[in-house]
Amino acid sequence: MEIALFIIFGLLAVAGALNLLFQRHPINSALSLVVVMMSLAVLYWSLGAEFLAAAQVIVYAGAIMVLFVFVVMLLNAGEEDRTHGSRIAYIAGIPGAAAIFCLLSFVFLSERSHLGSTQIGGYLTSAVSNISEVSHALFTSLLLPFEVTSILILVAILGAVVLARKEL
Amino acid sequence: MVPIAYYLILAAILFSIGIAAFLIKRNVITIFMSIELMLNAVNLTFVAFSHMWHQVSGQIFVFFVMVVAAAEASVGLAIIIALFRVRQTLDVDQINLLKH
Amino acid sequence: MSHLNHFEIFLLFSIVKILIVLVITLLGVAYTVLLERKVLGRLQNRWGPSRVGPFGILQPLVDGLKLFLKEDMMPLAVERPLFILAPIIALGCALISIAVVPFGATTIVDGVDLFQIANLNIGLLVILGVTSIGVYGIALSGWSSNNKYSLFGSLRATAQMISYELALGLSLVGVVLRAGSLSLRDIVASQSAHGALSWNIFGGYQFIAFFIYLMAAYAETNRTPFDLAEAESELVAGYHTEYSSMKFAMFFMAEYANMITVACVATLLFFGGASSPFGHTFDHAAPGLLLTGLISIFWFVAKVFAFLLLYIWVRGTLPRFRYDQLMGFGWKFLLPVAMVNVLATALALSYHS
Repeated sequence: MEIALFIIFGLLAVAGALNLLFQRHPINSALSLVVVMMSLAVLYWSLGAEFLAAAQVIVYAGAIMVLFVFVVMLLNAGEEDRTHGSRIAYIAGIPGAAAIFCLLSFVFLSERSHLGSTQIGGYLTSAVSNISEVSHALFTSLLLPFEVTSILILVAILGAVVLARKEL
Repeated sequence: MVPIAYYLILAAILFSIGIAAFLIKRNVITIFMSIELMLNAVNLTFVAFSHMWHQVSGQIFVFFVMVVAAAEASVGLAIIIALFRVRQTLDVDQINLLKH
Repeated sequence: MSHLNHFEIFLLFSIVKILIVLVITLLGVAYTVLLERKVLGRLQNRWGPSRVGPFGILQPLVDGLKLFLKEDMMPLAVERPLFILAPIIALGCALISIAVVPFGATTIVDGVDLFQIANLNIGLLVILGVTSIGVYGIALSGWSSNNKYSLFGSLRATAQMISYELALGLSLVGVVLRAGSLSLRDIVASQSAHGALSWNIFGGYQFIAFFIYLMAAYAETNRTPFDLAEAESELVAGYHTEYSSMKFAMFFMAEYANMITVACVATLLFFGGASSPFGHTFDHAAPGLLLTGLISIFWFVAKVFAFLLLYIWVRGTLPRFRYDQLMGFGWKFLLPVAMVNVLATALALSYHS
């Protein structure tokens, strides 16, 4: 059951990411990124992180990516052209990314036996649900970082308002 | 029963594709999207490790990453809009203001 | 059914439940359209549809047949895959979110809850998430149509829906605080103790939250007074200008299915869901598990129906907002009031506990 979920949505995520790489129009790239995010939400769910799965759909797929699509529509961005810079990037980028992938997967595969395997639905330590567990940690031991992120958001709002003014 | 290593390798694949897209893409918005892809890949490793250690703190880290990503997207897209107003283009090869 | 194992029973019941709920929702959509045309007609001092069948009750079927038989136009300049995908996303998201709605009292037969497709412990978040994905249907339809009016309509709708989602989400926080859970069953259970007096809108003092929810929900479903996305006096038909035949019908059905979902959520969160307004006063009079379940479904449908009537009444009464007024209303009025409501509810709860 879980391996089936993992294979289906893992492949979907990889296909979406590759589609982001190969599509030339920003809207198509944005939509394939939405596919990646939705399949990651399913994987989070199977790992027991229900709250994060919902937050992934609401915040990432439902707000951030909508904003991207909105900006692409607003600026009427067209397909990108191949330039001199992109040729250099192809020569440097693909081997570099492949090297990073090989390194990471070598490390993960060699440490495979120590990592163990998953159980669908995750583990609950003391709380009744994942959400109460998350919120308990968030509002007791990690309260200060939580408050700091709210200040960060306030700064971001102010910054966006200032940047989006007519005269800059 | 899926080995944790598989989740980590999936994250590695997504992260490398994100790097490749970041380097290859020429449109500012798409470059920005590949950053989001990399953030998502890292989030997957956080959730996998949080599952492995039976602890919830990894998930909370992902929550913070999401908040930061939202803030970053709002400011970044505002910068892109301001940039487009001035330069009328989204191609990174043509946005080389410091050269002039 | 003793020869089936537990999983097979679960699968069978789930498929049957999904089919029944789907058919009833689509029928509900069709007859909401008829209800709207009838009530709007009466509000404007005319009859509304009255020719097909007695009192015009066969009108939705004929309308559906007409849309089905129309030629499916595909304009030359559209972005083909997205143009086809957009109505599917819109209708799909509108129908999926009904899956977590409990539309009757908990009635468990063979270990399966009869009156709810999926009882998730983050049901409310699932509804919010699925609704937020529905924005893509509208955004993509406008962009892929390659038409100025469509693009304007979908830009307006997208901005409006992202803005009002904040107020919508914040207005629900008070209810979640009171229930202490995100499961829709728990939220209904938290307000079923004393009938109408313990409903969140009365006993829970959430009437401000309800007002905000109502406004935000009208904006989320693109209905009057916030229907700027399809303002026919400015934008022809907004984002679905280029659509015809079944693709247009899918947008149309999605709008009404969203209305039904929003009415269901309002019923569940503020009006006690499937619980009776008289509390447990008449519980002894209803013998049998199934009859109790049917009575609870009756209450649920009656409440949803009242909401749909309110929707139509508002459409018949209020004029359309201007765009800057709409944004100002959402950001400068609804959002601060929703935050104050969250604070006040949290303070009151911590004072009482």
